Amino acid sequence: MSDETLLDVRGLQTWYPIKQGMMRRTTGWIQAATDVGFSIAPGETLALVGESGCGKSTVGRSILRLESAQKGEVLFEGRDLLKLDDDALRAARQHVQIIFQDPMASLDPRMRIRDQIAEGMQSFGIGANEKERTERVAAMLERVQLDASAMDRYPHEFSGGQRQRICIARALAVEPRLLVCDESVSALDVSIQAQILNLLREIQEELGLSYLFITHDLSVVKYLAHQVAVMYLGKIVEQGPTARIFESPAHPYTEGLLAAIPSIDPARRGGAPPVLGDVPSPSDPPPGCHFHTRCPVVMDRCRSEAPRLLEIESGAARCFLRES
Amino acid sequence: MALLSVRDLRTAFPSAAGPLPVVDGVSFDLSKGEVLALVGESGSGKSMTALSTLRLVPKPGRVVSGSVKLDGEELLDLPVTEMRRIRGGRISMIFQEPMTCLNPVVRVGAQVVEALQLHESINAADARARARELFVEVGIPDPDERLDAHPHQLSGGLKQRVMIAMALSTRPEILIADEPTTALDVTVQAQILALLRDLQKKRDAAILLITHDLGIVNELADRVAVMYAGRLVEVASRVELLSDPRHPYTQGLLRSIPALSPPGAPLPEIPGVVPSPDQWPKGCRFSTRCTKRFEPCDDVFPEETAPSEGRRLFCHAEEGGAS
Repeated sequence: MSDETLLDVRGLQTWYPIKQGMMRRTTGWIQAATDVGFSIAPGETLALVGESGCGKSTVGRSILRLESAQKGEVLFEGRDLLKLDDDALRAARQHVQIIFQDPMASLDPRMRIRDQIAEGMQSFGIGANEKERTERVAAMLERVQLDASAMDRYPHEFSGGQRQRICIARALAVEPRLLVCDESVSALDVSIQAQILNLLREIQEELGLSYLFITHDLSVVKYLAHQVAVMYLGKIVEQGPTARIFESPAHPYTEGLLAAIPSIDPARRGGAPPVLGDVPSPSDPPPGCHFHTRCPVVMDRCRSEAPRLLEIESGAARCFLRES
Repeated sequence: MALLSVRDLRTAFPSAAGPLPVVDGVSFDLSKGEVLALVGESGSGKSMTALSTLRLVPKPGRVVSGSVKLDGEELLDLPVTEMRRIRGGRISMIFQEPMTCLNPVVRVGAQVVEALQLHESINAADARARARELFVEVGIPDPDERLDAHPHQLSGGLKQRVMIAMALSTRPEILIADEPTTALDVTVQAQILALLRDLQKKRDAAILLITHDLGIVNELADRVAVMYAGRLVEVASRVELLSDPRHPYTQGLLRSIPALSPPGAPLPEIPGVVPSPDQWPKGCRFSTRCTKRFEPCDDVFPEETAPSEGRRLFCHAEEGGAS
């Protein structure tokens, strides 16, 4: 890991209140993210992975303050984003951009591509006049391998993959240093997904951007990420360099997740499912280790005692088995 | 004789420019107890092919021509009432989203009982006992409690199991499974795939599996038919297709899976996008994206060839025109 840090998240907690009854009293909490910490170096990709309900998207959104975290720090270039006032936050958002799963939901259907890309540039003072901004819009579209003439068209005239390219162009236009990609390739067909993954990697190499890549798909992670953090029911259960995670996972959940990916090796099929049962509700996570209800190597103490995130040789794991 | 035999099936939707085909001359056989996967990306026509066999194409689309025979009997000519008996009877279907076939306000046990009573004369108590057996068979824990649950009280994986129980209730000879695990988390998907594999073996039912995921194909299928833009491009056994794909599209599809790529190298891409039906090329549908394209590909759709026993291929380049 590099000594330099672009983003340093510490002790982040985002819980959503469950309100019931006429008085809308808070009767419980959805514990979406608890004590989440990780850091991303400049030019690096950290993948935040896990199944639905694990809290990975909440973490991404909390970093951008699209959700309000109750606790923790989000240090971006040394400044805590959670403490910024509205003006300072707006300014900081220039450098932290997000790309979602569904590009159609984040593009305005009635606005030409040119105006959608130029809008952000204008609000951050990029480009002195309209001519300069138009030139930059064209350059950004070409950077994502679209024709510059795309700027005069509307979102519905493009395919899903092309729309995702437009979202990437719009994010790049304001010169971000961190791109949060929330399931950004999950809805794409595999042949289109490969195109977008290659594009993201080229852009990173060229511009030195950092990515926080939020996904449920571990095969995508292997291709793109330098570091991986695995979440389960609101907590990071394991983190470390990508190669180590794939070669020797240190948490039983990571191991199960990897084993559950259907292989396309025709010699391998028909294995027993590695993890049984369903993910419990984050509003009522099991006591002790959250994973103990599904863990194939559960021990007695896991049912009552919550393991800490323990440092291991390469990364960290939240499992009593890693105590030395 | 094949259990299900589909010949030259064509399904189209009306448009201002005339009928737009979405399935365009598809033929295949499904044998008793066989798992055949129809594989393709969005817009390939794989789901429409499955819906066409059951005459469930959403309006204003319709099956324009072709033949769908179940044990030699033409389904496309069958009176509506008889077709209804076949659906959910000899052929049943499970979907990606269980809520497309579960009623949110009815207890799931009652829904399975209803499905049973629709297809055979059985009293309520016996039907409930059968529903319970089915719940046990599909691995639903605490079946007595779960029979009385409403769908929203069940997790995604359990809803999928209920839907499978319902689909199996009439002992179908063919199960059509349309992206049955796509909406599930990967650990739950592994459980449902194992369940489908066990049930298929135990009941010797045939499955027509619709999927975009070659990993799922490998887990379940015996044979694979790859579709692209409304047409078949290649049919082969699971092992042949995954280890020795012949069509440039199948080859590209396999290569672009990130898990297979060595770390650090760019992913091999298939350039361009799947054309929409109004922009399908005149010749081979894949010609606009194919790296092996040569003259005849643009104008003439390739004839079917058999590169080896049991394999089917639709490609000019692999016919020997280029190498």
